[in-house]
Amino acid sequence: MMPARPRVPTNPASMLAACIGAALGAGCSGWQSALDPKGPRADAVAKLHWSLVTVATVVYVIVISALIFALWRGYRRPVPDQGHFHQETPEQADTMKRGVIVAVALTVIVMLAFVVTSVSVGSAVARVPGNKPLRIDVVGHQWWWEVKYPDPDTHNNFETANEIHVPVGRPVLIKMTSQDVIHSFWAPNISGKKDLIPGHETVTWFRADSAGVYRGQCAEFCGHEHAKMAFFIVAEPRLEFESWMQKQRGEAPEPPDSLTQAGQKVFLSGPCVMCHTISGTPAAATVGPNLTHLASRRTIAAGTLPNNTGNLAGWILDPQSIKPGVKMPPTQLDPSSLRALLAYLESLK
Amino acid sequence: MTRSDLRPRRVLYVGAAAIVGIATLVSCKREERRFRETPPSATAANLVTMSELQPGPAVIEAELRNPYEDNAYAVSEGKRLFDQMNCSGCHSHGGGGIGPPLTDNEWIYGSEPQNIFSTIIEGRPNGMPAFRGKLPNYQIWQLVAYVRALGGIQGKAVRTTRDDHMMYKESEQARDKGHPTPTFVPPTSVKQ
Repeated sequence: MMPARPRVPTNPASMLAACIGAALGAGCSGWQSALDPKGPRADAVAKLHWSLVTVATVVYVIVISALIFALWRGYRRPVPDQGHFHQETPEQADTMKRGVIVAVALTVIVMLAFVVTSVSVGSAVARVPGNKPLRIDVVGHQWWWEVKYPDPDTHNNFETANEIHVPVGRPVLIKMTSQDVIHSFWAPNISGKKDLIPGHETVTWFRADSAGVYRGQCAEFCGHEHAKMAFFIVAEPRLEFESWMQKQRGEAPEPPDSLTQAGQKVFLSGPCVMCHTISGTPAAATVGPNLTHLASRRTIAAGTLPNNTGNLAGWILDPQSIKPGVKMPPTQLDPSSLRALLAYLESLK
Repeated sequence: MTRSDLRPRRVLYVGAAAIVGIATLVSCKREERRFRETPPSATAANLVTMSELQPGPAVIEAELRNPYEDNAYAVSEGKRLFDQMNCSGCHSHGGGGIGPPLTDNEWIYGSEPQNIFSTIIEGRPNGMPAFRGKLPNYQIWQLVAYVRALGGIQGKAVRTTRDDHMMYKESEQARDKGHPTPTFVPPTSVKQ
């Protein structure tokens, strides 16, 4: 990271340098960066990246030095008396030929080494580990992520959106498909990209080795709000994960007071119920994200806004100004209905 | 080759470019998307009536234009909603089942945009649910545009193309132009 300095650069050159430095620094910092690996898959890819960059840098330096040396020598050589071209002696021609052969051979060897390492890393990260992975199903939608936790006992199945909780250290097997167009699952700190294809199931896996929240992002252009299609991998110690899962399995809590009861009525009688599910209520539509435990999530609208009252109100009334093109229509509510609805949604812990 | 030899060819090129330019402009309109729709209350929903009978002197109802009639994006959004709002549950991708088919020429409650709009928003006897308050008006107009595409009574250029799943018949775009029965039959006189 760039240390903060009191002196602000003013001339264009140092400003440009500062910008490039900041961009490079940001690339290496933890937030959604492939260079700050927190799991074996991202780790293997980061190592591959650094080894390729190192070799390529060495080759680049050698080639550029040779070029500069040749230019410098040619500049110093006296201009030949006759003809336009410098004529080599047979010995010189032999030396040049040998040089070219050696350089080509070295290039071929380096490229072959690149192919071998890259293919072996690719096949190593693609191999799904056998020791009882946790299975999660992910369905891509324009522009949010449906996340399902299937269980052999179907009563324990539950659904959430845009937030994938996983236990630290346990491999996670992700089965993915898409509802509309091709999306791509990409959480750089944890796992490389894998496409979600409509009508077809793809599989990926990852393991998070340290607890934390890691941002992921759709990595295949999928329409207007592709950029606002984020998700979070929340890696927690096993016990915390188990208690989260236990909570998510439950139905939504009954509205505790008259305000939240009124809010539930607004939800069930208005347009909300056409698209969203809240388990334990008649709301069971699967067009939009499942809201059973909405208040337990960090963000709304697929990582677009922090989940708080103001943002939720703005989102419900006019989602098109926050995420233009989003499939959620604006909703007209009088202030008292809106307040009740917000109270109800915030009670869905 | 002299300068004058080039002239006819140049005219041809300029003409072709103009045609391509005009075609491009037309397609802009066809694909136009609006993110900020007027609020539901400000639209003409209240103008649509269930019956053509009026107290007092009969005034011919102004024809309500569907703002999405010539818009391919709206028609495809209508198609998405048609499945997601479970219209297919009864109308089965337009083929009919529990509800009447929407791909033939018989329109029990009228085929004009405002007729279909009021059918969706008010519901109809014998099972068609009322969507008033459940969907914003602009989405109902999108559904109207799609329902008219199903029946082939809308320009071929904006109709939707083939589905990903098995289809009941050829895609909307490939269908012949529909010839809707023009008369409005009051619900009471529908043959059972």
